[in-house]
Amino acid sequence: MRTVGIDIGSRAIKLAVWEDGKIVETRQVDTGFDPLNGARRLLDGLTSDRIMATGYGRNLLEVALDTPTVTEIKAHAAGARYHFPLARTVLDIGGQDSKAIAMNADGRVVKFEMNDRCAAGTGKFLEIMAKSLGFSLEGFGAEAARAQRDLSINSMCTVFAESEVTSLVARGEDRNEIALGLHKSIVRRAVGMLKRVHAGGPVIFSGGVARNACICDLIRESLDQEILVAEDPQSAGAIGAALIAANGSTFLYRR
Amino acid sequence: MSEDYRSMWESLGLDLTAHDALLGVLGKFYQDIYLAQEKRPEGMGYFDFVMGEVHGLRIKELLDEKAAGRKIIGSYCVFVPEEIALAANATLVGLCSGADFAVEEVEKVLPRNTCALIKSSFGFKLGKVCPYLEAADMIVGENTCDGKKKAYESLDALVANLHVMDIPQVKSEKGRELLKVEYWRFKEAVEALTGVTIDAARLKEAIRTVNAKRRALHRLAALRAADPAPISGLDALLANQVSFYDNPQRFTDAINKVCDELERMIAEKKGLFAPKTPRVVVSGCPMAVPSWKIPWIIETSGAVIVGEESCVGERGIRNLTDDAGQSVEELMEAIVDRYFKIDCAIFTPNPDRLAHIEEMVRAYKADGVIHYGLLFCQPYLMESIPVAKALEDKGIPTLRIDSDYSMEDVGQLKTRIEAFVEMLR
Repeated sequence: MRTVGIDIGSRAIKLAVWEDGKIVETRQVDTGFDPLNGARRLLDGLTSDRIMATGYGRNLLEVALDTPTVTEIKAHAAGARYHFPLARTVLDIGGQDSKAIAMNADGRVVKFEMNDRCAAGTGKFLEIMAKSLGFSLEGFGAEAARAQRDLSINSMCTVFAESEVTSLVARGEDRNEIALGLHKSIVRRAVGMLKRVHAGGPVIFSGGVARNACICDLIRESLDQEILVAEDPQSAGAIGAALIAANGSTFLYRR
Repeated sequence: MSEDYRSMWESLGLDLTAHDALLGVLGKFYQDIYLAQEKRPEGMGYFDFVMGEVHGLRIKELLDEKAAGRKIIGSYCVFVPEEIALAANATLVGLCSGADFAVEEVEKVLPRNTCALIKSSFGFKLGKVCPYLEAADMIVGENTCDGKKKAYESLDALVANLHVMDIPQVKSEKGRELLKVEYWRFKEAVEALTGVTIDAARLKEAIRTVNAKRRALHRLAALRAADPAPISGLDALLANQVSFYDNPQRFTDAINKVCDELERMIAEKKGLFAPKTPRVVVSGCPMAVPSWKIPWIIETSGAVIVGEESCVGERGIRNLTDDAGQSVEELMEAIVDRYFKIDCAIFTPNPDRLAHIEEMVRAYKADGVIHYGLLFCQPYLMESIPVAKALEDKGIPTLRIDSDYSMEDVGQLKTRIEAFVEMLR
């Protein structure tokens, strides 16, 4: 059995190939302005018995290629289990949404929280804030971690936070300290979601934002608990979708 | 729509351009959500017709009733007793609310952070697009939540004949006494409006008419316990929505016809959804026409709605009024008893509502509950947290959704609802 999971996110499209009990290949491309074309490019040359789509653009593939779909929530839960088979708790922060997921011992999702409507506390927030402080997105976490203290940012709204940042900069405040404040505001929100799902065990952190070491450290500190990040946290959704395609077709929903 | 209707709408003072736009959106929405459903009971054809004529033929009927001397009373709440209106030879209609309209105008008189339902009712007035409101000889407001009771102070300046009814907030002896006093005051106001004195015979007959409508809706609700489900939640919601506008006898007949058809389907073990489709009860704020967003997302995400714990649903229709009394006093007592049982979230504490949700989950064999709270609706949003916790403690999966009438959150809602449905499988 060879299956493909494809996760069409707001910033990147991720793909994972599952064969004989393990992931044998992952691919990624920027979502850009034509996600369907991006997905087709990623799928180019691949053969598989079954494809499963997830992510906010999943319905595009459902319509164009009649691909079955699964939500990001179930896909990230399954993806976390691939790397950490006993995982019960997942935090996923992607480009435009964030979610905390609790599973039972069998890996079934039993509760989840997800941000509603705006991009508060997501990768998009970090991206815009990094830009307004003149940092690269990749280096943003390290710059924040250099600060000795943090300047508190009150607004979680990307638009309001940006004007808060502008006025702090205008006051001559240190931009690394502002950066740390922004990181802490994301973490407060994420930890709040995690606590509401009452999950046990270590937290598996996935999604693009899990690549930010400063966020990981702050969550660890705030929860006073171990958090685990896979080598390629952005692929967790695609991996989960490939796994579900291989194992779970009976409980999948096809419209 | 025919030219007749245009002159009728014009005579009611509607803004024809805005009204055309509203009907256009409503028609498209109905097409995309209702007519796009794969299979529906044949009896729903009546409701398609009623919706097609919601601002047409039904308004003409009301105007004909007016010409014949009947009065039209408009209401925004299930606390307004239809029995009293009917007994005085008046027709009670639910007033328009359920879509954002004339938002800029509304925000000149109401704060932006007001619930969508209240803003919508003002939008239909200020935008001049609700023929029911314009046809009404009396509008009844009721002091339920803080938002509504303060909004009625502003509405008073916009409509000709507003009668505001006080509503208790505690289920105590004194609370019941207040409701009784207010219903007697409403009765007098209606009698003054119509010139008809309500006697026991009239009141008894009105109670029987309204009870018959409720019984038909109870019958429909009970049939939804069948698996596979014989009717969509969208269609059942539509039936409940139409119950606020339609002629009560005709509506009762139409519902009973749908029920006859569903009974035949169930006897043949047929349904409109696949067996084992995840079943949900929707609980919370009312959904007036055309607030179909949430049920539409639920039923295009692989689940079926088997009950609505809502004012447009079981909370509004679930108890009958005892018609055994022989005097006006006895029958009025029965009316007070019946309405005092409504477990609206304005009451504190409000344990009956949680008990009712649990009862519905059992009766309709639901796998989970989706709680719908309108943003800025404090009573229901406040209750949603302890209600969800209590349900989850009993092993009933519950998803809380806070939303409004806009479509900007559809993508997020779809993901959350689909993930919830995946959990129920």
